[in-house]
Amino acid sequence: MKLGASLIIGGALFALAIFVGLFAPWLAHTDPVMDANLMNAEEPPSWIWWFGTDAQGRDIYSRVVHGARISLTVGIVSQLVNSVIGVTLGLTAGYWGGWWDDFVNGLTNLMLAIPSLIFALAIMAVLGPGLTSLLIALGLTNWSFTCRIARASTLSLKSQGYVQAARVLGYGDMRIMITQLLPNMLGPIIVIGTLGMGGAVLAEAALSFLGLGIRPPYPSWGSMLSEARDQITTAPWLSIFPGLAIFLTVLGLNLLGDGLRDILDPQSRSRRT
Amino acid sequence: MTGPPLIEVEDLRIDLDVGPSRVAAVEGVSFRIDRGETFGLVGESGSGKSITALALIGLLRQPLSIGAGAIRFEGREIQGLPAARQRALRGNRIAMIFQEPMTALNPVSPVGRQIAEMFVLHKGKNWREANQLAVEALASVRVPAPERRVNDYPHQLSGGMRQRVMIAIALACGPDLLIADEPTTALDVTVQAEIIELMRNLCAERGTAILMISHDLGLVANVCRRVAVMYAGRIVEQRGSADIFRACAHPYTQGLVDSLPRLGSRAVLGRTRLREIAGVVPAIADFPNGCRFNPRCARATEICRTTAPETTLLGADGLVRCHHHA
Ligand SMILES: Nc1ncnc2c1ncn2[C@@H]1O[C@H](COP(=O)(O)OP(=O)(O)OP(=O)(O)O)[C@@H](O)[C@H]1O
Ligand code: SF4
Ligand SMILES: [Mg+2]
Repeated sequence: MKLGASLIIGGALFALAIFVGLFAPWLAHTDPVMDANLMNAEEPPSWIWWFGTDAQGRDIYSRVVHGARISLTVGIVSQLVNSVIGVTLGLTAGYWGGWWDDFVNGLTNLMLAIPSLIFALAIMAVLGPGLTSLLIALGLTNWSFTCRIARASTLSLKSQGYVQAARVLGYGDMRIMITQLLPNMLGPIIVIGTLGMGGAVLAEAALSFLGLGIRPPYPSWGSMLSEARDQITTAPWLSIFPGLAIFLTVLGLNLLGDGLRDILDPQSRSRRT
Repeated sequence: MTGPPLIEVEDLRIDLDVGPSRVAAVEGVSFRIDRGETFGLVGESGSGKSITALALIGLLRQPLSIGAGAIRFEGREIQGLPAARQRALRGNRIAMIFQEPMTALNPVSPVGRQIAEMFVLHKGKNWREANQLAVEALASVRVPAPERRVNDYPHQLSGGMRQRVMIAIALACGPDLLIADEPTTALDVTVQAEIIELMRNLCAERGTAILMISHDLGLVANVCRRVAVMYAGRIVEQRGSADIFRACAHPYTQGLVDSLPRLGSRAVLGRTRLREIAGVVPAIADFPNGCRFNPRCARATEICRTTAPETTLLGADGLVRCHHHA
């Protein structure tokens, strides 16, 4: 069935990336930073150097494998921060309404009006490069869609019988939000989160490429691309493999997001049946 | 009886904000329910039964609000209590079940957890104790294999089972008053009878008072000791259930009684149609002057169109609101 395909392929690609990231020290052939050897500089891919080597003779395969750690950490952690911020703001705004709702709406519109990468770029410029700054910059700038969805879901769920019933049974606001509202909007939130994770992996690559994210010699896929820029014609494998890693990971996350939408989103579910 | 009644409603008015003006959706409503008593509120759709119940548990929200009068629970005014104290009453001392067992349960939470939540919320139990109590609560509403059923989600249960779960949730904390707002209208007739019987027995065992709300006079009179009939936001007659059928005083009540099918009557044999009251309840904004029932009333005279009737006491605890009551 068609529904399963994107879920399975996307899930497999994402699982592969997670696996590689988790077991990077065992999968890598050499140390990604220290094992430089000018004797092996710029070797093309071969049985010994699977993905070739760079100008300092470092193994590209090992660097791509270690890069998965950084890219996925950034993707997962920053998206989690975004989801928590978006859900908290959207849920409370939809539930309480009033001036708080107006304030959150204004903030969301502001975030939507400025491309989040530009926003992240500005934060990185202030905080300086590094993993922590990346997590902060990407975690604070991409919650507006989650917030919108959470707010809209809250508005429609608020009038449901079980939310009214909870109020009648003496539930407080917090308990209503956590037990009645949040679990019932989780489907779309997870879908947005998965897609957002792909976006964060790309954003990390872009910022690192611009020299604002992870700085060489540490291997993130973006920083590897950045380093490989000058040798794109002479040693194309330097760009191809990190580029492919980004491509497959982001593709996997997008497919997974689509597949999850099909099974989690009640609207597309009713369309199918 | 000594001490204050369990709940006492005195001259309650509920305002409805419509744009700049406000109109009274419910007016001059007074009744009392004693501990362990069964009291019914009957009336057509839109007569104000549900919003009266919401006022009782302090849950009227804009555009509705309490305009005047008092609601006292064990002698203490509910409106005066701080929000947290009001919340501690809801679900704990005063519980409520609704018409729609399909939508009143959270679809993504196992029913056992939804029962257990009540013990955690109101009785300070930990989850382990609460889950154990939930199994017992489910057993008490005669759900078979409760220790397995607690793990079921609402969609895995039939309508009747779901309403049993609702009753288990409502009675979990041993409330003093159970408000049942059309608890069975969404169910099959046979299931209806079972649910009503269950609710009645459980409440009788535990000494829980019932406020039953319905448009079905027969059902309410069957379950409740006393009945109040509401029309267009006012109580028009209040009697002991037996008296309602024997000698109802208000023309509207008479209409309700006449519209009930009676065993052996010609209506049941199908020779004549059930007599219905012609017309509908007016919308709040179009309440007529004088007696609100006058456009539909056969006994109406000039005074009915100009002056609203006051309540007249009938016997020990009956009252009627009509110029020409029987
Ligand atoms: N939230 C609200 N906003 C505006 N009007 C309302 C609201 N809730 C109730 N009303 C109005 O108040 C009146 C009484 O409503 P209520 O729900 O108490 O009727 P009811 O007697 O319970 O009827 P039913 O048998 O249909 O449940 C109705 O005219 C209704 O339109
Ligand atoms: S007061 Fe008049 S109109 Fe109203 S019920 Fe009595 S007789 Fe009918
Ligand atoms: Mg109602």
